[in-house]
Formats: sequence, C-alpha cells, structure tokens
Amino acid sequence: MQFPILSIIVFTPIIAGLLILLIPAERKTEIRMAALAAGAIAMLLSLWAYFSYDIAVGGYQFIEKYSWLPALGISYQVGIDGMNAPLVLLTGIVMFTGVMISWGIDDRPREFFAFLFILATGVFGVFVSLDLFMLFFFYEIAVFPMYLLISIWGWKVTREYAAMKLTLYLFIGSVVALVGALVMYFTSGMGTFDMLALENANFSVTFQRIVFPFVFFGFAVLGGIFPFHNWSPDGHVAAPTAVSMFHAGVLMKLGAFAALRVGIMLLPEGAKFHMPWIIVLTLVNVVYGAFIASVQTDFKYVIGFSSVSHMGLVSMGFATLNSTGMLGAGLQMLSHGVMTALFFAVVGMVYDQAHTREIPSLGGFRKVMPLVAIAFIIGGLVSMGMPGFSGFIAEFPIFVGLWNGQPAWLWNGYAWVAIIAAISIVITASYIIRIISRVFFGQLPSEFEGHVHDVATLDKVALVFLSAIMIIMGVYPSIIVPLVQSGVDHVMRLLGGA
Amino acid sequence: MEFILNNLLTLILFTPLLAAVILLFLPSDQDRLIRWVAFVLSLIPFILTLILWFEFDQTLPGFQFEQKKVWYSALNSSFHLGVDGISLTMVLLTTLLTPLAILASFSIHDRIKAYMVLFFLLEMGMLGVFLMLDLLLFFVFWEFGLVPMYFLINQWGSEKGEREVWKGKVIPARTYASVKFMIYTMAGSLGLLLAIQMIGAVSGTFDIPELFVSWNSLSGTLFGLPVSVVKSIAFWAFAIAFAIKVPVWPFHTWLPDAHTEAPTAGSMILAGVLLKLGAYGFLRLVLPLYPDEAKYFAGALAFLAVMAIIFGALASFGQDDFKRLVAYSSVNHMGFVVLGIAAAAFAYGTQDAHIALNGAVLQMFNHGLSAAGMFFLVGVIYERTHTRNLNDYGGLFPLIPVYGGILIFTSMASLGLPGLNGFISEFLVVRGSWPIFTIFTALAMIGLFFTGAYILKGIKQVLHGPLNEHWVGHLSEINAREIFVMVPLIVLMLWIGIWPSWILSVINNAVAMWF
Repeated sequence: MQFPILSIIVFTPIIAGLLILLIPAERKTEIRMAALAAGAIAMLLSLWAYFSYDIAVGGYQFIEKYSWLPALGISYQVGIDGMNAPLVLLTGIVMFTGVMISWGIDDRPREFFAFLFILATGVFGVFVSLDLFMLFFFYEIAVFPMYLLISIWGWKVTREYAAMKLTLYLFIGSVVALVGALVMYFTSGMGTFDMLALENANFSVTFQRIVFPFVFFGFAVLGGIFPFHNWSPDGHVAAPTAVSMFHAGVLMKLGAFAALRVGIMLLPEGAKFHMPWIIVLTLVNVVYGAFIASVQTDFKYVIGFSSVSHMGLVSMGFATLNSTGMLGAGLQMLSHGVMTALFFAVVGMVYDQAHTREIPSLGGFRKVMPLVAIAFIIGGLVSMGMPGFSGFIAEFPIFVGLWNGQPAWLWNGYAWVAIIAAISIVITASYIIRIISRVFFGQLPSEFEGHVHDVATLDKVALVFLSAIMIIMGVYPSIIVPLVQSGVDHVMRLLGGA
Repeated sequence: MEFILNNLLTLILFTPLLAAVILLFLPSDQDRLIRWVAFVLSLIPFILTLILWFEFDQTLPGFQFEQKKVWYSALNSSFHLGVDGISLTMVLLTTLLTPLAILASFSIHDRIKAYMVLFFLLEMGMLGVFLMLDLLLFFVFWEFGLVPMYFLINQWGSEKGEREVWKGKVIPARTYASVKFMIYTMAGSLGLLLAIQMIGAVSGTFDIPELFVSWNSLSGTLFGLPVSVVKSIAFWAFAIAFAIKVPVWPFHTWLPDAHTEAPTAGSMILAGVLLKLGAYGFLRLVLPLYPDEAKYFAGALAFLAVMAIIFGALASFGQDDFKRLVAYSSVNHMGFVVLGIAAAAFAYGTQDAHIALNGAVLQMFNHGLSAAGMFFLVGVIYERTHTRNLNDYGGLFPLIPVYGGILIFTSMASLGLPGLNGFISEFLVVRGSWPIFTIFTALAMIGLFFTGAYILKGIKQVLHGPLNEHWVGHLSEINAREIFVMVPLIVLMLWIGIWPSWILSVINNAVAMWF
C-alpha cells in the first residue's frame, strides 16, 4: 500500500486541532508551537505532493479509496490532478503563514487554532475529494467554523452581522448545490457518488441544461460571483486577520473550484449552454468590483472588494470554456490566493499598530515597517497585473482565452468582454497606488509617533515567503504552468475537446 | 570569453538585476560604498555592450546573437533575444547613460540604497524592451519599467511644489506627476495589451520574427469583422501606446510634469532612454506588423509629429521654469523622430524613406545624449541655487565660466548646430521627409526656428544679461564629478557631428533590411 499522503494532509489539521484542545489553555506558547508544527507539516506534505505529481502520466494521482457507506454508493475517495494540486499547496501555504501571523492572538488562542484547523481540514477535503458526497461533507465542515471564528474573534463592530450573513449565504448556496447533486445522483442511475464515474454518466443535454445553474451558482456563491458577492467583503472585514487570509485566500477558491469540479466537469453541456450569459455576470464582478474597491475608505474593504474583482477573473476564465482561459483561471486561483493572503496579513499588521483602518487617517508607515511596505507593494503589483509577477501570468491567459472564446450561442466571440474587463486593470492600479501612497508613504500622523512599531520577525518571515512565491511564479511560470495545463486538459476532454 | 559571447545579450539584460541584488546586501548607512559599488557595477553592462558593438557584424542582415528558451509553454511564448542595428544603438545608449546617471546621483543622500536598486531595475526594464523578440516578454519589460520610475519620481522627486487637484485639494507636485505618469502610461498600454492578446490568440505565437510573416499573411475575417478593420483597430492600439511614450502631441501632457518633478538622474533616463521606447516600438513593431495600415495613416501621424515639433517648441519658449523648458524641448525633438517614421511608413522601401529612417534612429540616439546632458546641467545649477525659475538667474557666466561653456555647447547640440550631432540627424529626417510630406516638413521648419528661439532664451536667461548680485559668492563652479558626467556626452556629440558614419553604418544596415 502506498503512503496515504492526501489523507494525512487532510487530517493533520483536525487532529492537531484536537490535540491543541488538550493543552492547558494558559500554556499559550506551547499551543502556538503545536499549531505552527501542524501548519508546517501540512505545508511540507502538500509541497511534496505538488512536486512529486507526475505530469507526464497526468490524471488523478495519489488516489485512496475506502468504502464509507456502500449501500448508498458513498466512498471516501481522494486524489489530486493538475487542477487541485496547486490549491492544496495554496491551502498549506496559507495555513502555515496564517499561524505565523496569528502568533500575537491573546484571546483564547487554543480554541482559535482548533477552529482554524477544523476549517483547514474542510478546505483540504473539498479540494482532494473525488466523491460528491464527501465533497459536500467537507464543504460544510469548512463553512461552520467560519461562523464561530468571525463571531468570536472578529472585529467588534460588525462581527455578528457579518458572520450571520456569510453563513446564511453559504448555507443557502450549498443547499441549492446539494439539490442539484442529489438530482444528478438519482438520474444517473449508477447508484454512486463517485465523481470519476459520474463524469461518464451521459446525462441528457436537457437535463444538464436544467441542473447546471443550480450546481454552478450554489457553489459560485462562495466564489463571490455577482450578484451573490455581497457577503464576502463584509465577511473579510469582520474576520480576524488569519481568518481573512483563509477566507479570501482559500475559501473563495473552494467555491470556484467546486463550481468547476461539480458544475462544469460533470455537466459540460449545461456549461456550454449557460456560460454565454454567466460571463456577463463575471464581467460585472471584475469591473464593478474594481470600481467599488476604488471608492472605499476602509483599508480592509478595499482589499475585500478587490477580491471580488479578482475572483471574477477566475469565473471568467472558467466561463470561456477553452484551454487557455481555464489555464489562466487555475493560475489565478493560486496567484490571487497568495496575494490576498498577503494583503490581509498586511492590513492586520497595520491595524494592530494603528487601531484604525481609515485610509485618510493613516500615512508614512514605511518609516516604521519598511518590509511590510515592500511586501504590500509587491502584492499590489501582482494585483494590478504587473508583468514579472504572478498576476500577469495568470490574467494574460484569461484574456487570451476570451479572445479565443467561441460561445455556443448569443455572442459572436468574447472580444468585447476582454476589452471591457481590461478597464479593471487601470482601476485596480489607481486604488493600489492610492493605498501605497496614502498608507505607506507621506507623513506619519503625529498621534502614531512612538506608538507604532515594526512587526515581529515571524510576521516578516510570512510576508517574505508569500512575496517570494508571487515573484517566482511570475518570473518562471514553468514551475506551475505544465501542471495546471495537465489538469485543464482533463477538463477539456470532458468538454469534448473544444 | 566563449561563455560571454554565447550569452552576451542575456548577460547584458541581467547584470543590472544582479547589481540590484548585490546592492541589497550592502549596509544601508554606507552611502559612499553604495554609490561607488553601484557605479562600478553599472559599468559592466556598458563594457558588455561595447563587446557586443565590436562583435556585431554590420554586413549580416537580420538579428544577431539570438537566444531562445521556452518561457511560457502554454502560450507559446519564449525568452527570445536578439539585436539588429536599431536595437544595438538603443542598447548602447541605455548602458551608456545609466552609469552617467548613477554618477549624477552621487548628490542624493536619502535612502541611497533603495534608489540605486530601483535604478538598476529600471535599466533592466529598458534593456528588456530593446532586446526582446517575443511580443509577450516585450510587454513584460515595457510595463515593468514603469514601476521603478514611478517610485523614483514619487520618492526622490523635487520636494517643493504643490498641485491643486479637483475640489481644491492640494497634493505634492511629485505625487501628482508620478501618479499621472503611471496611470497615463498604464492606460495607454491597455490597448497595446489587448492587441497583443488578440494577436497571440489569433496567431498562436508571440515570436516577433514569426509574427512578421504569419500576421501579415492573415486574410478573411476575425471576430466577425474583416481582417483589415481588425488590423486598423490594432494598429491604433499599438500606435497610441507608443505615441504616449514618445510622446506625440496631444498625448504629451504627462511629460512636462514627470520630467520636472523627477530627480535629475531620473529625468536624464526618462528623456534619454524611456522616450525612445515609444519610438522603438514604432520601428520594431508597428511598421513591420502593420505596413498597410501604417501607410494609410502615415499622414495623420506626420500631422501629429509636426504639431509636436511646433507646439513643443512654442510651449518650451513660453516656460519660465528651466527644467520645464528642457522637458518641452523633448516633445519638440522627438517630433522629428516621429516625422521620419511617418515618412518611412508612407513611402515604404524608397531611398527617401531610408534616409528619413536613418535620421529618425540617429535622432533617437542624439536626443538621448543631448536631453540627458541638458537635464543634468539643469540639475547642476538647481543643486546650487535651489531654484529653477529662469528669472532668478541672470548673468551667471562670469561666476561659472566652465559650466557656462558646457551649457552652451550642449544647447547648441540640442539646437542642431552644424558640426554637432543634432544637425546630422535632423537634416537626414528633413531630407528624407521633404519629397514625401513636403508641406508638413516645411511646417516643421517653423518649429525648428522656434527651437533656436527657446534654446537661446534658456542660455540668455541663465548666463547673460545683467548679473543677479544675489548669487555672487554663493555659486560654486561645476565640480570634477559633474564634468566627468558631461565629458562622454560632449565627446559623442562632437564625434557624431563630425564623423557620423561609424554609427550610421550600423543603423543603415538594419533600416535597409527591414524597410
């Protein structure tokens, strides 16, 4: 029997979370050390899985399958391919860095890390599940701790409201998706939740066209698709820093990924039929999100809405339904995940020192925390799609995919989508520049003089780590492109090679 | 040596990056050390370029020293480098001006390490544009150069000056200028980005030599439109992006602000090299990729160029700020480059077109020398007087005779005095364009007249007239380091003016092959 690496990745966090609960609450250092160790293990294992995935062979690898409820055709089945391997790695990275920058949490760190790790298990589980039921199972595991994390450790002003809003949105979404999934289960007549089997279920075209919107939108809510994006900026802002990182960095990818895995891959005909109008929604996401971000005065809301804008690019890439666009979407999920994790980390660091996030009342922070300023600038350049960073190598193929797009009906090509979406690049540049010059440059307000200090060493390590990933990806795309391409090839085969 | 010759272009491109990394590890409080290390490191790309210059075979057509490695497999984009006579000239200009600009920055004291690192990144960005033969990577470097320039203006720009933006809000002038520069250029590149994506999507490759063939042989319809319409739109997308960078009237408004607020060395590089990126884009991409559209719209381009020449000169004449005067002179001089390009686009393949293009490329090089020199000289006097207002100077010649001599010499080169470099290139442009766009060229002559006027105005206000007693005893002569910055520029100005064939033969070879 091969080494069950994926199961270990999935269950390391939850086991660590439970072990942490056994440590006495007042021994905070030990709790933190244990959390960091668990984060490191998960990240190293996901790195290992990422690099030992054999691109030449392709397909799902490291598969493990155990019958869970044979009577209903449910089994615990996990595996990774080119599409989810980067996401597993992303989760590992965010978990590890999230622990590092949460070092300073003083309010019940034991419970905090325990919930955070349950969340991580849910996220890992969704990414690697090859069984529809298990996917839902892990999906709910991921959503539930979010509620507690936000409402207990969140920003006092809006935490109850945001936690409630987020949870309701996501539960409704998942219920809708679950209905779609159950319909698929019964209609297929195969008596199995195995997604690899369901890929060959040959659903009728009409059936696919009817069910697709339920499944797609059910999950895409978590991906922040317009007009269901509303929960996400509120949720981001209310959450404590590490949770925001998780939330924007990984959870939103969960929605996009599940919409791809269950929606597009299992119902390809439905996807072809509906994408020409869904792409308009994603366009609204991209452009409108950028505009909204540019008028926010709360630092964290700017980043929250920028996530809406950037996740729109992911759905847009999927909506092109061609190889280049999908590749871009796959890359954008990783690039945006790392970038936004860094952004929220920086916002948290600034807030911890200044106790305000109002952009006009901040200023001159590069003098006290130069490294944070540099990290934010690097993230900002990624965000505005500056060449040489990961954002460019992710966004460029999405746009090429649009130019190549051949909608099944309605439009004669997506060239106009590309042209309109490009506006967002300039808008993004303008709000990023505004933040850089208002928060990090200029004069340090006198009331902060002597009260703000540089961040801790662990924080710096986390920022350098995240920045390095974005630069390496941007300069040397071959480190990830062939892998994602192999995953995209699988999707394209299901879509009929188009 | 073998290794160096085989990887010459890669080495030229990445030694600035290496230099930036080395600087990062120096202690930031050792100003002297950082300065000298930066200066010495910046000489390496220059020496490598000299090797390239002498190893370059002027008799061979096409690109030389080519290197090609896969960069982005899924998009079929590769790291493809190569030089011909046009890019070689520009690379020489870049690697020559960078050490001089770094030497000129020795008077900077604030965060010198970050400043130098940004400078090297800027150099890499510019070199990448000149060396890349892959459309995607061309764009990568094209955009990347913006970032260091933004921070150089934003952080090390002139500390005085404020600008009122909307609703009566007042912000520092350097913030205004840097944001305007960044947003203007990014918005301009947006069309370029979209057009590049479209070309890549249609052709399935980003390799520039391959595109010269495949993109031109395209026919039928694209996106439901005839290919010629799509190409016309794409032509303007390219042309506007490059026109903003050149800058061609009426896209020039970012330039006076950016130049005026940038630190001296930043202005030197901005005027000396960055503006050439736009003109280079026209030569390398627009003319070969869109010969028909370029010919069709050449008249419009020539019109804009003449407007730039005339209005640039008039605006320059109207300035009271010495640095702004020099900044507008760039609009004026770069107009001749665009005029030459437009003439060549209209009369593709003729003798006149060749002459005009030779002139245009040489004018790019010459303007690089004289604009860098002029901005440096403005910086020298500003450092001593802390004013750039021409009315505050007056009669300074007796106080600073050496500076005065150098200023007059450089101004004359900029003016186009026969015997100096500016004359050769402007004459070639005018000679080549005259049979093609007679009226436009004649109008450009009016602009040339005002060129004389504003240059003389600058000299008169600074050096001649009644002595402003305020400066007696407060003004020190140009020092040895500053003279050392000017010497290479002066030598080249004179050398090209007297015996231009050493550089024209390199340019002509490339021009004759491509156009």
